[in-house]
Amino acid sequence: MHRSFIARHPSVLVFLALLALFTLAVTVLSEGFGVGVISTSFVKTLGKTLCLCLVAVAMDLIWGYAGILSLGHFAFFGLGGYMIGMWLMFERTRHIVEGALADAALPPTPEEIEAAIGNQVFGVVGSSDLPLIWSFADSLAIQLALVVLVPGLLALVFGWLAFRARVTGVYLSILTQAMTLGLALYLFQNASGLRGNNGLSGLQNLPGVTAPQSEVSLWFFWASALALALGYLLSAWLVSGKFGSVIRGIRDNEARVRFLGYSVEHYKLAIFTLTACIAGIAGALYYPQAGIINPAEIAPIASIYLAVWVAIGGRGRLYGAVIGTAFVSLLSSWFTGGQAPDLTVAGYRVAWVDWWLVLLGLSFVAVTLYAPRGIAGGLERLAGRRKDTAS
Amino acid sequence: MKTLLMAMLCALLTTPFALAQTRNVQDILQTQRALIEESSRRTIGPAIDALADSGLPAIPRVLETWQAKEMWQRAADGLFFAGEETADGLYRLIDFDTGAPVGTYPRSELTQLKPNSGIRALIATALVRFQLTDPDPAKRSAALDSLGRDPEAGLLEPLRASVAAETDPALRARKERMERLMTIAHGASPAERIAAIESLSGDLGVDFRATLNPILATRRTVIGATDPPPANVAATLSPGGEELGVTAAYDLLVAEGRAPALVTKEARDAALTAHIRDGEVGGLPVAALSSETARDTAYDALVVAGLAEPRVGPQDVAEALAGHRFLDVYADPDPDVTAAAAAALGASQTRVAVGQAVDLGLDALSLASIYFLAAIGLAITFGVMGVINMAHGEFIMMGAYTGFVVQQFVTNHTASILLAVPLAFAVTFAAGVALERLVIRWLYHRPLETLLATFGVSIALQQLAKNIFGTQARPLTAPGWLDGAWVINDVVAISYIRIAIFALALLFLGLFLFIMNRTRLGLETRAVTQNPRMAASMGINPDRVNMLTFGLGSGIAGIAGVVIGLFAKVTSEMGGDYIVQSFMTVVVGGVGNIWGTLAGATMIGGFQKGVEWLNPSNTLAAQTYMIVFIIIFIQFRPRGIIALKGRAAGD
Repeated sequence: MHRSFIARHPSVLVFLALLALFTLAVTVLSEGFGVGVISTSFVKTLGKTLCLCLVAVAMDLIWGYAGILSLGHFAFFGLGGYMIGMWLMFERTRHIVEGALADAALPPTPEEIEAAIGNQVFGVVGSSDLPLIWSFADSLAIQLALVVLVPGLLALVFGWLAFRARVTGVYLSILTQAMTLGLALYLFQNASGLRGNNGLSGLQNLPGVTAPQSEVSLWFFWASALALALGYLLSAWLVSGKFGSVIRGIRDNEARVRFLGYSVEHYKLAIFTLTACIAGIAGALYYPQAGIINPAEIAPIASIYLAVWVAIGGRGRLYGAVIGTAFVSLLSSWFTGGQAPDLTVAGYRVAWVDWWLVLLGLSFVAVTLYAPRGIAGGLERLAGRRKDTAS
Repeated sequence: MKTLLMAMLCALLTTPFALAQTRNVQDILQTQRALIEESSRRTIGPAIDALADSGLPAIPRVLETWQAKEMWQRAADGLFFAGEETADGLYRLIDFDTGAPVGTYPRSELTQLKPNSGIRALIATALVRFQLTDPDPAKRSAALDSLGRDPEAGLLEPLRASVAAETDPALRARKERMERLMTIAHGASPAERIAAIESLSGDLGVDFRATLNPILATRRTVIGATDPPPANVAATLSPGGEELGVTAAYDLLVAEGRAPALVTKEARDAALTAHIRDGEVGGLPVAALSSETARDTAYDALVVAGLAEPRVGPQDVAEALAGHRFLDVYADPDPDVTAAAAAALGASQTRVAVGQAVDLGLDALSLASIYFLAAIGLAITFGVMGVINMAHGEFIMMGAYTGFVVQQFVTNHTASILLAVPLAFAVTFAAGVALERLVIRWLYHRPLETLLATFGVSIALQQLAKNIFGTQARPLTAPGWLDGAWVINDVVAISYIRIAIFALALLFLGLFLFIMNRTRLGLETRAVTQNPRMAASMGINPDRVNMLTFGLGSGIAGIAGVVIGLFAKVTSEMGGDYIVQSFMTVVVGGVGNIWGTLAGATMIGGFQKGVEWLNPSNTLAAQTYMIVFIIIFIQFRPRGIIALKGRAAGD
């Protein structure tokens, strides 16, 4: 089955090969294990971009294939980051606290260690107790499970409520946006138990690992590449089969699929929850590379950018989502990072840091109006024309 | 016997002297000279009292002069005078008793008395009794203010004496109220105090509640099981209950010296640390002390060895608590007075609660009008036309910035706001028409893509505003006549600007209804929305109608922006704060129906204020709960509060 699937979809193989080649190239050029052409911070940027590509693939599944424009997938992404961040922060603080208490006259009791960790982590929001949701923060296995379970459960409950009430189209988009706004506002409170607007920080340090950041960054880069490869493979397999046909049918004519006897709500719920889980995994890989997560990350605008990336890349094509995300997010960080040379137009100095978003917004309008299939659509048209001329 | 004789002798000796003293101010001042020169808040009391009680007509002026730091002491003989600086830098001294000048002196021969703020406050209190009958109403009013801050018992009689002669009705009412309040606090008999309390029962004033609270203040005390209870017990507490935890109760016992102190963890650990010998303490190796139980065991071993105080176990605590009674005792010893005060305070609090509910309702109403204002433009573009315009929030922002720019040129706030409203409408109308012509008309049948394209516009506009106006918040100043609030009583008050917003929301509602139901444009808009091809065959130009309707909705958003800018800061991101709320308002209310939008705004505003009332410190939580509430609400009414039926409902 697997072989025939790959055989039927050579583009997947091409994508995986390119991804492997890219990973190898970055590794060889990196500071950690290679010749040192690519700086550690750029390795992290590339690793983060791979994570964004993964969540974009999820976005493409839910929007491009199932036609549900979710404007809340960064909520799931952020939740994944928070779940792994809790373990990273707790364990790292535990190492620090144990080191500090080692000099005390009496060996520390578990209660003392916990109190000291609580103080260290929550002193910034004026508290010293570890909230209940941190009960499992000392267990990597449980927190890793939560990376998938928490976003999945939220998506399941939210999706069940929304799809059951037959909320569709733009209404659903606005509702998902309200969800991510509500979650962000909730997390902004100090009482949320996740350090309010301070968020979780110091996530780039792996507890108990002494390897330099140049190596750690590569580990995360590989993990991100692997996750993207697996996510892409899963998504491609999913959309190639019967399930894919049904969700595409829902996108094109929901009522007809319902009349054919399919339980539209269940399909929507399944794809919504699955993509939320993928987003959670992507977030859990992204934030240790970013080093910090705070509620501003899941503000509605983040999910909108996700839609922008997928739209520019070309929705309804998995590789389109990847291309769009990689292209736009790398370009974004190039422009807003101040590396782009300023332009002087008619005596006015155009600083890209200021004007990049204007350009992005307008080009997004242009893509929507004139190139609804995005970059991938353009590529396919080029390829198609060549095929036509060849035959 | 000897003491009695001595006392009589003293009285005999001092009486004629005291009589002589009352004859003039200087004598009193000289008697109190040491205290006045010391000039300390703690010791000055008798000196001020001696002056105030002397009954001399010049006293108010003496006290005022002293308070104003215009009292001088002549260095040569230590006499006190009122002093004023003359043109040539010398000081003319005036005798307090005669009012006659006694000559001019250079500063070097004088000492200025500089009472500190604490002493000046004491002087002010002493002055109150004189000022209560002062011919100047302003001074009488100031005296009442001072009395309100510090209602001293001794001033009750002068206050009562001054009521009858009061000619100003407002001041008379204040004096009568103050007399009641001071009678409650300092009345001679319980009956008098109870009568005063009952006469004001249910009053909403903060001063009334502030007078009652000290009467009802309780002190927590502990007595032995068989001791007689003190007077006027408010409540008997059982330790471990809600009011008094076991730990707190035991701490009270310890504080009163009725029980041995608990050995805290810190004390235990300190004792263990102090007795470490050769890596061992209490028979256990130090390395083993990494749990509470191990530490307790080691400590108990220290206790057995006589090296530490024994621990107080739970058994001991329970026994100690059982042997005592815990009481809350009223500060006021008379049970009748406290009962009357509690009843009166209860009545007041009931009325305060009602007032607060009214206040909350007004708050909710004004929040609802803000949401309604922000959403009404959307009710046209989204509700009637079905166009998702995510740049709607940015139109609000554009309107607010238009107001800001107008205020840069027109400094009169009233004129600038009146000018800004039509201008904001014009600017956002033009922007709306441009957006409709350039983007939206190509996407009428692809709502999701309209959403995305207008998002792009929204991002670009936001950044553009940031580039032009910077990131800091710009103020939009309301005209002076909108400052202040309409105060109904001490609890219920509503600011004029909120009233103005409410009135404006009503105005817009009327405007919307008029345009949609009574004008040609409204008719055509409804026709085009229901069936564009049919409308076109009736001679209506759908393109033109769509353009104008969209422009109208955008223009109203611009006006809403000016209004919102008056109470919220104008920033490039302000649109984002309203866009989700606005869509929620329209969706919850029911798309395509202005009454639904009104109902949605009222519901969301009311719900949000309600949550804030339950948890006042946390507006963020209120918004979160509101969104959760909306998601659940949509389960039960997916088409909003007022759902369109039949052909108008569309798809």
